[in-house]
Amino acid sequence: MKLSKILKTAWEGLMLNKVRSFLTTLGVIIGVASVIIMLAVSSGAEAAIADQINALGANLIIVSPARGIPGSARTLVIEDAIAIGESVVGITGYSAEQAPPAQNIKANNVTLESIAVIGTTAEFPQVRDYDVALGRYFSSDEDDRKAKVTVLGAGIASDLFGGEDPIGQSITVGSTKLTIIGVMESKGIVSDVDYDGRIYLPINLVFQKFMITSSLRGDRVRTIYVKAESQERIESVIEQVTVLLASRHDVEVSSPDFSVQTQQDIISAQEATTEAFRDLLAWVAAVSLVVGGIGIMNIMLVSVTERTREIGLRQALGARPTDVLMQFLLEAVFLSLAGGLIGVLVGIGGSYLFGILGEMPMKIVPASIPLAFGAAAAVGIFFGYYPATRAARLDPIVALRHE
Amino acid sequence: MEKGEFVAIMGPSGSGKSTLMNILGCLDRPTSGTYLLDGEDVSQMSKNELAAIRNRKLGFIFQSFNLLPRLSAKSNVMLPMLYNQEQDIPTAEAEARAVTALESVGLKERINHQPNQLSGGQQQRVAIARALVNNPSVIFADEPTGNLDSKSSVEILELIHRLHAEGATIVMVTHEPRIAQQAGRVICVMDGLILDNGNNKNTPCMEKREEA
Repeated sequence: MKLSKILKTAWEGLMLNKVRSFLTTLGVIIGVASVIIMLAVSSGAEAAIADQINALGANLIIVSPARGIPGSARTLVIEDAIAIGESVVGITGYSAEQAPPAQNIKANNVTLESIAVIGTTAEFPQVRDYDVALGRYFSSDEDDRKAKVTVLGAGIASDLFGGEDPIGQSITVGSTKLTIIGVMESKGIVSDVDYDGRIYLPINLVFQKFMITSSLRGDRVRTIYVKAESQERIESVIEQVTVLLASRHDVEVSSPDFSVQTQQDIISAQEATTEAFRDLLAWVAAVSLVVGGIGIMNIMLVSVTERTREIGLRQALGARPTDVLMQFLLEAVFLSLAGGLIGVLVGIGGSYLFGILGEMPMKIVPASIPLAFGAAAAVGIFFGYYPATRAARLDPIVALRHE
Repeated sequence: MEKGEFVAIMGPSGSGKSTLMNILGCLDRPTSGTYLLDGEDVSQMSKNELAAIRNRKLGFIFQSFNLLPRLSAKSNVMLPMLYNQEQDIPTAEAEARAVTALESVGLKERINHQPNQLSGGQQQRVAIARALVNNPSVIFADEPTGNLDSKSSVEILELIHRLHAEGATIVMVTHEPRIAQQAGRVICVMDGLILDNGNNKNTPCMEKREEA
C-alpha cells in the first residue's frame, strides 16, 4: 500500500470526527504554544535586563568593596578613584559614588521624605551614559569646592515642581540649602534602583555635610565606575585597576578587599537566576505536551475499540497488519502535527499579544519553534504507537464479530 | 471444490461451519491438514501472505454488510483496491472499476450515496460489488440474506445466481434449507465434521432443520 494512500486513509479517519480530533489536538496545541510563550517570556526578560544594565553605560568596570571581608567597607576611598583616573591607561573617565542615609527634601513648599541622595563626581553623566535633560551637571571645580548645588532625578523634579522650571530654585536637603542647576533625563528603574527618584550632589559636598555622623572615614565611596575606551580595553583596565588598588590597600592581588566587575558579570549573575526560572517554565510546558500526548493515546485507544469492525473488515479485504498499524499511527501523528502547527501559530501570536497587552518584554526564541514542533511529532509517534499496535494485532475473525 | 461451483454450507450453530468458513476464507489457519486454494497451499502462510490472498483471490459478503459508514458506495467498493499489494491502482482507474462493479449490481444511480441512505438490499448489493471488484477466484457469502426482508432476499439471491451463471465460484453459509437447495452442492457440517459432501439434497442438516 502506497504511503500517499495510507495518508489519505488516515486523514479520512480523522475527518469523520472533526470535533473530537480538534479537542484531542488541543492538549498538544496548548503544550507547544506554552513552550514557545514561556521561552519568549524568559528570554525577553533576560534581554530586557541586559539592555537595562547596558544602559547604565557602555564598557563599564565597576569597583566596589568586597563583601564579607571585615573592614573592607571602609577601605575604598575617593583617592582610589582619583588614582585610577591619573594612572590607568585606556579609560575615558571615572565616577565615584557615595550614598549617605536618605534625607527629607523640601522645595516649592513641597516636602518629600526619605529621598535617596547620591554624591557623584563630575563625570557621572558621561561615564554612566545618563544625560542631563534640563540645565547642566556640576563641574569638577564645583565638586572640589563643595558648591551647594544639586541635580534632580526626573521623578523628583516633577513631584516637587510639576510643570514649572526648577532651574535656579532652591531646595533644602536635610538641613542644607542647595541650588538646583539641572534635571536628569528619565531613566526609570534599573536593577531595582529608581534613578528618577534620587537627587545628585557633588561627592565632596556629601562627604562634608552628610557623612559626618558616621564614625568611619568621611571620604569612603561605595562604588567607582571606570569607563574603558573600548570593549577590547576592558580586560587590561581590570588588570591595571586591580594591581593599583591592591598596592594602595596593601593587599595581595589574589585576595583583594574590593571587587572588580564588568556589566557582563552582573548580567551573567542576573541570568543565572532567570535561567533556573526559565528551565522550570520549559519543564512545565514540556509536561503539558506529554499530557497532550496522553490525550492522543487515550482517544486513539477509544477509536481503535470503536472501529474494531472496520479494522476487521479492512483485514478481510486484504489489509496487512502493517497497513493497519500505519493507518492508526499516522492518525496520531497527524493529530500531533496539526496540534504542533496550530500550537506554533498560537505561541507566536500569544507571545506578541502578551507583549502588547501585558507590556512584557517578549522575545521569541527561534530555536523553540522547531523544538516544540519536533517534540509534538515525537509525542504523536510515541503515544500513537501503542494504540496502533493494538489495532494491528486484532484477529480479523474476532474483529469482524465485534459489536 | 471446483471452479465455477456454487456450494452451500449448512449446519446448526456451533457445528463448526463458521470455523470452516474462516479457514476457507483465509481468515484463520487450520491447526492440522492442508488447504489448497488455486493449487497453492495456504495453510502455512504468514499473516501478510494471507492478507494478499484474501485481497487478490477472495471476495466476502457478510450478513451485516460491513460497509464503512460515512464513506460513499463508490469509496466502499474501492477499498479492496486500496490494499492491492502487487500493483498500485491509480485512483482514477479504481474509481472507474468501482463504478462498473456498482453498475453490474444495479446501483448505477446510487454510487455517491452513503450506507445509511441505502436500503438493506441496496447495502448488500454494494457489499457484493465490493466483493467482485478485484475479480476474485472465490466469493464467500456468510448468511447474505440473514438481515434482509424476503423481497430483498430474493433479489440478492438472484444476483448471486447471476454471478454464478457468469462463472463465479461461490461458497455460501446459510441456515435455510430453501436457500441451500438453490446451490449446486450442499456441505453439511455437524460437531466439527463434514457429514455429507455431495449432491444429496436431503442431508441430515435439512432434516434437523425441518424437525425443529
